[in-house]
Amino acid sequence: MTDEVSYLEHGHSLKSWLLTTDHKRIAILYFLSITFFFFVGGAAAALIRIDLLTPEADLMSNEGYNRAFTLHGVIMVWFFLIPSIPNTFGNFLVPLMIGARDLAFPRLNLLSWYIYMLGGLFTLAVLVLGGVDTGWTFYTPLSSMFANGNVILAATAIFVVGFSSILTGLNFIVTVHRLRCPGMTWGRLPLFVWSIYATSLILVLATPVLSITLVLIAAERLFGVGVFNPALGGDPLLYQHLFWFYSHPAVYIMVLPALGVISELVSTAARKPVFGYRFVAGSSIAIAIIGFLVWGHHMFVAGQSMYASAVFSFLSLAVAVPSGIKVYNWTATLYKGHIALDPPFLFAMSFIGLFVVGGMTGLILAMLAVDVHVHDTYFVIAHFHYIMVGGTVSAYFGALHYWWPKMMGRWLPLVWGRLSAIFIFLGFNLTFFPQFILGYLGMPRRYHVYPAEFQTLHVLSSAGASVLGLAYLLPFTYLLYSLRHGEKAPPNPWGATGLEWTVPSPPPQHNFHELPTVDGPPYQYPMEMGNEGEAAHG
Amino acid sequence: MADVAEARRRDTTLMGMYLFLASEIMLFGGLFAVALALRLLHPQDVVAASRRLHYGVGAANTVVLLTSSLAVALAVAAAEMGKAKGTVAGLLAAAGLGVGFLALKAVEYGMEIRERLLPAFTPADAFESPAAHLFLDLYLIATALHAVHVTVGVGLLAGLAWRVRRSGLPLPRGATGVEVVGLYWHLVDVIWVFLYPVLYLVR
Amino acid sequence: MNRLLTFWGGQASHHAHQVDTLFLGLAALAVLLSAPVFILIPWFAVKYRRGKPADRAHAANRSVWLEVSWAAIPFLATLAFYVWSTRLYIDLYQPPAEALAINAVGKQWMWKFQHPGGQAEINELHVPSGRPVVVTLASQDVIHSLFVPALRLKQDVVPGRYTRLWFTADTPGSYALVCAQFCGADHAVMGGRLVVQTPADYARWLEGMGTDGSLAAQGAVLFRTRGCSGCHGAASTVHAPPLEGLYGRPVPLADGNVVTADDQYLRDSILLPQAQVAAGYPAVMPTFQNVLGEDDVLKLIAYIKSLADARPPAGGRHD
Ligand code: HEA
Ligand code: HEA
Ligand code: HEC
Ligand code: CUA
Ligand SMILES: [Cu+2]
Repeated sequence: MTDEVSYLEHGHSLKSWLLTTDHKRIAILYFLSITFFFFVGGAAAALIRIDLLTPEADLMSNEGYNRAFTLHGVIMVWFFLIPSIPNTFGNFLVPLMIGARDLAFPRLNLLSWYIYMLGGLFTLAVLVLGGVDTGWTFYTPLSSMFANGNVILAATAIFVVGFSSILTGLNFIVTVHRLRCPGMTWGRLPLFVWSIYATSLILVLATPVLSITLVLIAAERLFGVGVFNPALGGDPLLYQHLFWFYSHPAVYIMVLPALGVISELVSTAARKPVFGYRFVAGSSIAIAIIGFLVWGHHMFVAGQSMYASAVFSFLSLAVAVPSGIKVYNWTATLYKGHIALDPPFLFAMSFIGLFVVGGMTGLILAMLAVDVHVHDTYFVIAHFHYIMVGGTVSAYFGALHYWWPKMMGRWLPLVWGRLSAIFIFLGFNLTFFPQFILGYLGMPRRYHVYPAEFQTLHVLSSAGASVLGLAYLLPFTYLLYSLRHGEKAPPNPWGATGLEWTVPSPPPQHNFHELPTVDGPPYQYPMEMGNEGEAAHG
Repeated sequence: MADVAEARRRDTTLMGMYLFLASEIMLFGGLFAVALALRLLHPQDVVAASRRLHYGVGAANTVVLLTSSLAVALAVAAAEMGKAKGTVAGLLAAAGLGVGFLALKAVEYGMEIRERLLPAFTPADAFESPAAHLFLDLYLIATALHAVHVTVGVGLLAGLAWRVRRSGLPLPRGATGVEVVGLYWHLVDVIWVFLYPVLYLVR
Repeated sequence: MNRLLTFWGGQASHHAHQVDTLFLGLAALAVLLSAPVFILIPWFAVKYRRGKPADRAHAANRSVWLEVSWAAIPFLATLAFYVWSTRLYIDLYQPPAEALAINAVGKQWMWKFQHPGGQAEINELHVPSGRPVVVTLASQDVIHSLFVPALRLKQDVVPGRYTRLWFTADTPGSYALVCAQFCGADHAVMGGRLVVQTPADYARWLEGMGTDGSLAAQGAVLFRTRGCSGCHGAASTVHAPPLEGLYGRPVPLADGNVVTADDQYLRDSILLPQAQVAAGYPAVMPTFQNVLGEDDVLKLIAYIKSLADARPPAGGRHD
């Protein structure tokens, strides 16, 4: 089996990459392009944090700053975080995990990547042509009648990348339904696959609503054909309802895959099956469904009826329950486990901690009277960075370290891995914890001119951001290094369960010699094999 | 054996198509939500404005699309029986009707421009009320977006007919392709069946 | 937390105190609910470190009653807070009738405030302490949001509709007042101060402010100069409804509906006359959108309000 040529060796020409339909190669293509956009968005973040060092507007003009955070938000959400885990690790792993040779529609998969790149080009065009100044939320009538940035171009970019999301989600759903290998029943799916499945449902059903909303903005801006125009008796809140009907589910698009990753990492680290598999799997679906019913919690002070607010507030508490189930189940999984403090697990731990903080503050935001005060302040900024950056990005790096040997066939330097996990954790908290305080004190978001009293906390935050930024650069350096000098990785370096570990690292082009058959639930760790894990670790 | 694999491939493709259609429905769902909101915000003006529309033309177009759906259904049936001629005929008929729909729509737009009903071609002050303006904006966007879908559909149908004709797509094995395009066309049709009452008949 | 707060914002109202208490309670709850995670995970990570001998006998990997309890208990705990915070929130929608009515207009990028006496100020809002104040918010262009951290209050200002914000500031002083909703280029500098004064000082301040007549009086002037009286005046030949005794009364509309003539209705009648046509009248009233700013409209409404108790002239309404 090992004599089979790996997907990496199989053709080295650029063409063999750009025209590949191999899900593993497409995953790599996504990985490269997404990393690129992460650094573009990060650069914008760097500009933001530098400008916020002082209360005055020195680095950037008001206009410039508005363009900075808008671009930061747009790129980070639609061009980094939403595609991050699904399109890289989802692409690479789902077929391997369910014992398939590829996704259901390989050519469509490649097409999605090209569509993503097209959208990316539009975004870069926006950047080059001077940016856009509406915030990532594109509220009307500001975006449709007043803003003077490249709103149309930005809307086009997001519209286009939306198609990529839809096609990817569709591909995953069909794959999970149709291509599971013999014996891979729904009850035996790895939890990562469950979460990707739930994510895909949202991708397919929510993204089109954003698309049409963007069309409506573009029509109003281009031809004055608008349905939100207040001068005609239109309702700006209607826009907000449409936008958040997409964008709240979208936040679960951004976290569900991460939750799936963590289930894998925790179980491997503990050498134990995930506690309460059914509940953890079910909670992903529950989050996906309830997630469609809470969008109004972004509009508590927007002027929507107070009864609506009361309902949305309640549902926002309900959506917290399945997340809670996951977190507590991971904790229980570790109980009496054989825990190895490898880099993936350190990332997993920081994910859990930061996700809980972010989630709990989300809960606080869902409380009406409190939200009236902290809405549109740095409290919100801190809330979602805790989940999206502290949470999902940590999970992303955890996944990167965990599956790197599988993807690249190279072992990575564990010490460096542990270090960067710790640096990222510290840098992150230094960056964003002060923002909770700032927010409650009344520091509004999207402000780069602020009262001098706030400077201390802002300086702390910026200091943290520079640590964080460097800490993020760190893994890319030693991972690249490992490509050349890392020792060859065995098929199952972490001693994990799951079909992806039964094939050589890196996997052969067609994944499996002959399709495997599964005859038991996932995460079957023989209890006594606990200690020989070190062997694999060199 | 081979046709078992064939059948699985067919189900897989259809499932993909159904999911795509679901996303299309959500796309237009957004527009229906807007329609509902406008209706609730300005009941009278919306009704008044919708009265000005040519529901006759709309009805005619509904008939045209429904017939085309029938043609597609026949094409699919023919394809499954491996009848290339019947398939091509059905597909072309449907495509033709699609073109007819677009033609009628164009005529209708023309009339509306003359009657100063169509936004983007009409000064804002020409509308009988601001809310009417809003509603007609929605009308234009919804019908235009639908027309885009029809155009795409016509392209697909014609292209498919051409491939079957030049037997680039041997039947009945290629029937799945016909079926998929058929599904898309049915959706375009169904969406219109909902748009028509919502835009023309909101009395 | 409260001490921290005093360096910007501070607590200028009882509501602010209540929100802070609620917030601290929630913070405590959050700590409580996440404590298991933050304590157990590191503890397990050490205790069950791989290769470290420890009692790992019969570790369960499912337990329905555990699942149910840690789904239900936190949820029920949060429900208590839900009731508490929702109560506070609903209060914000019930301004007392006797509240001092002030108008605010947000426009890129400034705040205009109008006092009943006709005093107008920009980016500064003077209010008396200890007395409920209800601010009617209108936007000239995009969405803004009036945010006073010291009151823990904020309300979006949405073009095309009036929103309201009410509070009773009890500690005299000067507090930050900002725009919280992103509204374009100078959003970050669209701010000012909320000045809370003792009733006496406030009265003195009102005196000091020069004003050409009360808001209603200014409205009356506009009513004449803008030609409203040409149609609505008693002498007018145009068949237009008299506006005396209109405010707060039910108005039958041409389409058979009946609406109450509140501020929003009056505003729409002036800026979107076609939207709701009064029964028995021709829809000949032109829109004043490009003629009148939101602040003028608010003055006209004040004027029409002042006619609330006046009797319609002979003939009265035709509906
Ligand atoms: C990945 C992204 C992500 C995720 C997962 C979440 C998750 C949640 N969010 Fe967040 N949110 C955002 C991204 C995200 N959010 C963004 C980007 C914004 C700002 C948008 C903008 O305006 O720009 C925002 C804004 C936002 C608001 C509006 C704030 C405002 O603008 O005024 C609210 C209000 O309710 C909210 C609530 C919640 C809640 C209740 C959850 C819940 O899902 C959290 C559930 C998780 C937990 C609760 C922690 C784990 C649970 C336990 C430890 C068990 C114990 C707890 C209980 C069971 C009660 N979020
Ligand atoms: C979804 C993902 C995501 C991610 C990963 C991030 C990452 C970061 N974000 Fe962002 N953020 C958002 C989503 C995200 N953000 C959104 C949606 C908004 C709202 C926008 C809006 O209001 O419309 C926002 C807004 C936002 C604000 C508020 C702006 C304002 O309201 O005024 C701030 C301020 O501190 C901030 C900071 C940061 C920082 C320090 C990081 C750090 O984690 C970034 C760290 C990474 C790097 C720094 C890159 C590393 C590389 C380098 C350091 C070299 C780069 C090159 C140069 C320096 C030239 N973000
Ligand atoms: C060309 C004549 C004309 C002018 C000028 C005019 N109106 Fe009117 N207005 C009418 C008529 C006719 C109606 C009744 C039909 C309708 O509701 O549109 C009316 C209705 C109203 C109503 C609703 C009253 C009700 O009983 O429902 C208000 C309020 C009002 N006008 C205020 C104003 C104000 C304020 C101005 C000046 C800024 C003004 N109007 C200028 C003709 C006019
Ligand atoms: Cu006005 Cu921000
Ligand atoms: Cu949300």
